[in-house]
Amino acid sequence: MTFTNSAELLSFHWVAYTIYSAMIISVVAWFGYNLTKKDAKSVFRIPFYWYMAFLVAGGVGHHIFTYNTIPWVSQDIDRHNITPDAKYEFEIENHKWLNLPKQVVIQCGQTVEFDVHSRDLVYGFGLFRQDGSLVMQMQVNPGTDVNGILDSNDILWTFNHSGVFDLTSTEYSGPEQYTEDGKDLMLVKDFVKVVGCKDNGGIQ
Amino acid sequence: MSYVKTLVDGTNFDHTSLNALQKVTLRAVVMAFLFYGLVALEGMIMRMVEVGHVPLNPIPEQFFHPEHFFSIMTVHPIVGIFGSTYQLVFGAFTFLVPYLTKKPLYSVKLANWTWMIITLGTALAWIAAFVWQYAPLYTLYWPLPADTHQFNVVGGIVFIIGVALIMVGTLGFIYNIYATIFARVGIHKNKTTKELLISGFGIDGFLNLINKLQGKQPYTKEPALALPVVAIFRGTVDTFLDALVILGAGVLVLVYLVFDASGHPLDVGAIDALLYKNFFWWGLDLVADGLVLIYVAGSWYLLATLITGQKLFMENVARAALMLELLVSWMVWSHHLLGDQGQPEMMKLISGEMVTAFELLTQGLALFITLVTLWKARPLKMTMELKYLLGGLVGFGLAVPAAIIQADMGMNRVLHNTQWIIGAHVHIALIVGLYMTLYSAVYVLWPLITNNTKIYSHKLSNAHFWLHLIGGIGMGAFMGMAGLDGMLRRHLYVDGQFNPDMIFAAMFGSMLLLAWAIFLYNIVMSVGIKGLIGIFLPAKDQTASYGIEDELEPADDPAFVN
Repeated sequence: MTFTNSAELLSFHWVAYTIYSAMIISVVAWFGYNLTKKDAKSVFRIPFYWYMAFLVAGGVGHHIFTYNTIPWVSQDIDRHNITPDAKYEFEIENHKWLNLPKQVVIQCGQTVEFDVHSRDLVYGFGLFRQDGSLVMQMQVNPGTDVNGILDSNDILWTFNHSGVFDLTSTEYSGPEQYTEDGKDLMLVKDFVKVVGCKDNGGIQ
Repeated sequence: MSYVKTLVDGTNFDHTSLNALQKVTLRAVVMAFLFYGLVALEGMIMRMVEVGHVPLNPIPEQFFHPEHFFSIMTVHPIVGIFGSTYQLVFGAFTFLVPYLTKKPLYSVKLANWTWMIITLGTALAWIAAFVWQYAPLYTLYWPLPADTHQFNVVGGIVFIIGVALIMVGTLGFIYNIYATIFARVGIHKNKTTKELLISGFGIDGFLNLINKLQGKQPYTKEPALALPVVAIFRGTVDTFLDALVILGAGVLVLVYLVFDASGHPLDVGAIDALLYKNFFWWGLDLVADGLVLIYVAGSWYLLATLITGQKLFMENVARAALMLELLVSWMVWSHHLLGDQGQPEMMKLISGEMVTAFELLTQGLALFITLVTLWKARPLKMTMELKYLLGGLVGFGLAVPAAIIQADMGMNRVLHNTQWIIGAHVHIALIVGLYMTLYSAVYVLWPLITNNTKIYSHKLSNAHFWLHLIGGIGMGAFMGMAGLDGMLRRHLYVDGQFNPDMIFAAMFGSMLLLAWAIFLYNIVMSVGIKGLIGIFLPAKDQTASYGIEDELEPADDPAFVN
């Protein structure tokens, strides 16, 4: 099982967490109801060490599961050893994107590096689908090295689904990101365009 | 009794019968619930803004302006966490520590200063946002709080002084609690500081476990400190460290603002933004993943034993686990920095993922011990305190796994900074988990603190419970769903882009606001307006303890000083 994009992951997460929520609420409600009953008997006994083992397995297993099913985890950890198919580098200053290409066109399956530098504040870099859902994001911290070169905030991303994605800052950097009537000045419509994928994802 | 007479006099509340300890506790609690009302109102305003410009939205246009919106967002957590939660917890512990250790509070005067300073500090921070629209948010990501192009420098200075006062008040609380615990009076007259320290850190529980495994006699059959006091002792270590970090960050921002105001601005680039984030999150996370979890575990243990009247199940394990929880809380801050590409991958992996996952273990253990203690004592009457305790358990049962899920390098890429974090995790943890636990404590302590004052209406108490529980879970759930749909948490949406999620979140949020109004009304009708004012009048009885023979406060006791 592998999630080919974040939409699949978010859908899976929605279902799994909803089932868990219904379960924990029901268990405590059932527990509370039986607390008041004199003749309530344990339906099953949970040995303490099994319960602890279950928690350990849940905590550790979750990360093992995501590492093996979410492709961007290992890619992110190893990103400095991976040569991207394309690289885009730009800056942010005064809530404005600088040197930003009008649109980035990416072929399906390509791995792209985005390297963003901030000249003043902490910003974010996030790509969004047309329905508003998040494709991916990272924080963009300001700063320079000892030679005065702006710090990198780089992310590698492989695009497996066609689509047109908007860009905006995902971190709050003060009210000047907006106009008085609430329009987001850092929103760049249709910034990324991915082409050449099959309808359900993957290279044609 | 006529309605007006009940409104003025309450049920059978007599504020003149309260001693100094009871009064100072109630003062902090009253301020906590007033601030809670303010924070609920702020939350509803922001939620209604995010519902957008839709017909029948009653929110005036000015709230849609970014300066105004983010000013509210900046003070919302300050008022909620410090003005309300801290005051409620501090008030409860100011009473509980003397009550459980059977010793007088070290200083009632200091306790009075504590709630007054925190109230003043919270008010100043709120004023800074309201008057000058200072809005760097509670995260204070460097160099935004020192950005005088966007924010008024006077507003910034007032805000930082406000936050600093809150931390000074917090240090006052810490001093009072430790001075009370370490006071060698009453039942601790013959205890050494070492014995109290060993018990406070839960080492006695750990040694008892080791001895049991080796077939030896227990290290101690009667630990020097009761388990809830151990939790308070342990959690307060994190409260102290957190206060130092926030004070440190405050001083840094203040220096930059003062230099800016004097016409000699300093270079904000001299401070590394990522290093600052690490420092700040290390401290701030001691609240969320430290003192809150430890205090809550201790409160569950206390409530379970008081509700059942029985000994806590696996007490030695609980004592040892609290120590583990303290250590874990110092090493988990990197889960806030999983989206920061400059953060070393090993720190993300070890601190952000692996150690953070331990919280599932420690909080799961607290849940287990509490549930088994209750189960062994059945049948129990479904009292208000038991209902709220179960509500609190549900809250953390939902919020802690949500936290573990998002503290993952894969999930964080799509959940970080979204409404999922603040809704499904933070608001459910605070509103359902923490506040329902605190309401349970309020109902348990109410007869002790008010000298058996009758609650005005049981029906209203029940209405409050259900509205708060359903409203809290419902609001958190719909915020969470909006987060999964891509809605950011620190972003302004004025066109209702995430409706109907936000409409449902607002509907459930209004249940929370209504719940608070009902609770407040019930309490005012119980103590009466005269009683409410009387709480703030000086106590005739200067006793600083409860349930033991009158003793001088250690602060005034020459024998203690010497």
